[in-house]
Amino acid sequence: MAVEVKIPTILRTFTSGEKAVQGDGSTLLQVIDDVEARHPGLKDRLVEADALRRFVNVYVNDEDVRFTGGLGAPTADGDVVVVLPAVAGG
Amino acid sequence: MVRYASRADSVGHTPLVGLPTLSPSGTVRLWAKLEDRNPTGSIKDRAALSMIRAAEADGSLRPGATILEPTSGNTGISLAMAAKLAGYRLICVMPENTSIERRQILSMWGAEIVSSPAAGGSNEAVAVAKQLAADHPDWVMLYQYGNPANSEAHYLTTAPEILADLPEVTHVVAGLGTTGTLMGVGRFFREHKPDVRVVAAEPRYGELVYGLRNIDEGFVPELYDASLVTTRFSVGARDAIRRVRELLELEGIFAGLSTGAIVHAALGQAARAQQAGEPADIVLIVCDAGWKYLSTGAYHDSMDQVEELLDTQVWA
Repeated sequence: MAVEVKIPTILRTFTSGEKAVQGDGSTLLQVIDDVEARHPGLKDRLVEADALRRFVNVYVNDEDVRFTGGLGAPTADGDVVVVLPAVAGG
Repeated sequence: MVRYASRADSVGHTPLVGLPTLSPSGTVRLWAKLEDRNPTGSIKDRAALSMIRAAEADGSLRPGATILEPTSGNTGISLAMAAKLAGYRLICVMPENTSIERRQILSMWGAEIVSSPAAGGSNEAVAVAKQLAADHPDWVMLYQYGNPANSEAHYLTTAPEILADLPEVTHVVAGLGTTGTLMGVGRFFREHKPDVRVVAAEPRYGELVYGLRNIDEGFVPELYDASLVTTRFSVGARDAIRRVRELLELEGIFAGLSTGAIVHAALGQAARAQQAGEPADIVLIVCDAGWKYLSTGAYHDSMDQVEELLDTQVWA
């Protein structure tokens, strides 16, 4: 078991077209670092100056990590991380 | 009081009804605020009326003016009725992948529709509207994403109505689109009952809607202040469909798809409270009724069929 990370279309150039990749770690940052080791370049598209980029939203089990610790948000085996660009509604 | 001087004056004052069957227990209770009971059938009547009144008051909106607005539907419909009554011309920029009913209703009220490309969803509608506004400086863009009169409507009406009807409220769960509802409600409760949890339910669309442009070209509404929200959940189409069906089956409420996402997040909060043994009175917003979504099959087709159809749509 590991953490599943779902990758949006625009970032799949870093994952050879894979829609989802596996990562390990007990925080979101550890998972991102683990994924970065196999898919270099991805981290830079998500993280800037030790925080998530402004127009990137990341959810662990559907909850926005900006409310659960940001890059330090806890993750565990079996969790699902979803990465999405910020969009409008209304 | 159910007598009003005019249609516009009847906006708001919506009922708050208990959901005894969906509620997990007698101490963890869910309540639905029925915003479909507004004049054009959605919560957006509050924001539209507020934005028009503010623009009339500050002189930017004058008789005979043309209003321009990017919208995925409901705000446009609210503005369209108000514009018809007040004699304004209305042009709505709407993604082409929205339900047919929204187009029909906008046309019915006399609005003109400019379609924006499906890929990119509402982000594209905003971009197209901004370009049109630059090309037509005499048009008035109310711009719901950055107009303080949008969130102010909820600060002045929606939230005080909730507190008056349910002083013991512990949670308010609302949809996140322009963020207007959440910002107004959040600011009101921070001032009047700061322990109330303000929870955002955000629709998670299919891949097409997120577009293929650079990730730095995303969009966060200018109104959004994350400090006014307690937490935020992303809800996919399948969960939203499942929940509108439950709401219909168990409580007899016929709601639109964004409400399904809100019910899903509200039930999550209810389960947490129940598990923690804490009493809770959770208000969820019913943004609109289901009429505008009948063509999607959301209420009768197989789940797989509906999910597949909604995958390319701006469904909330």
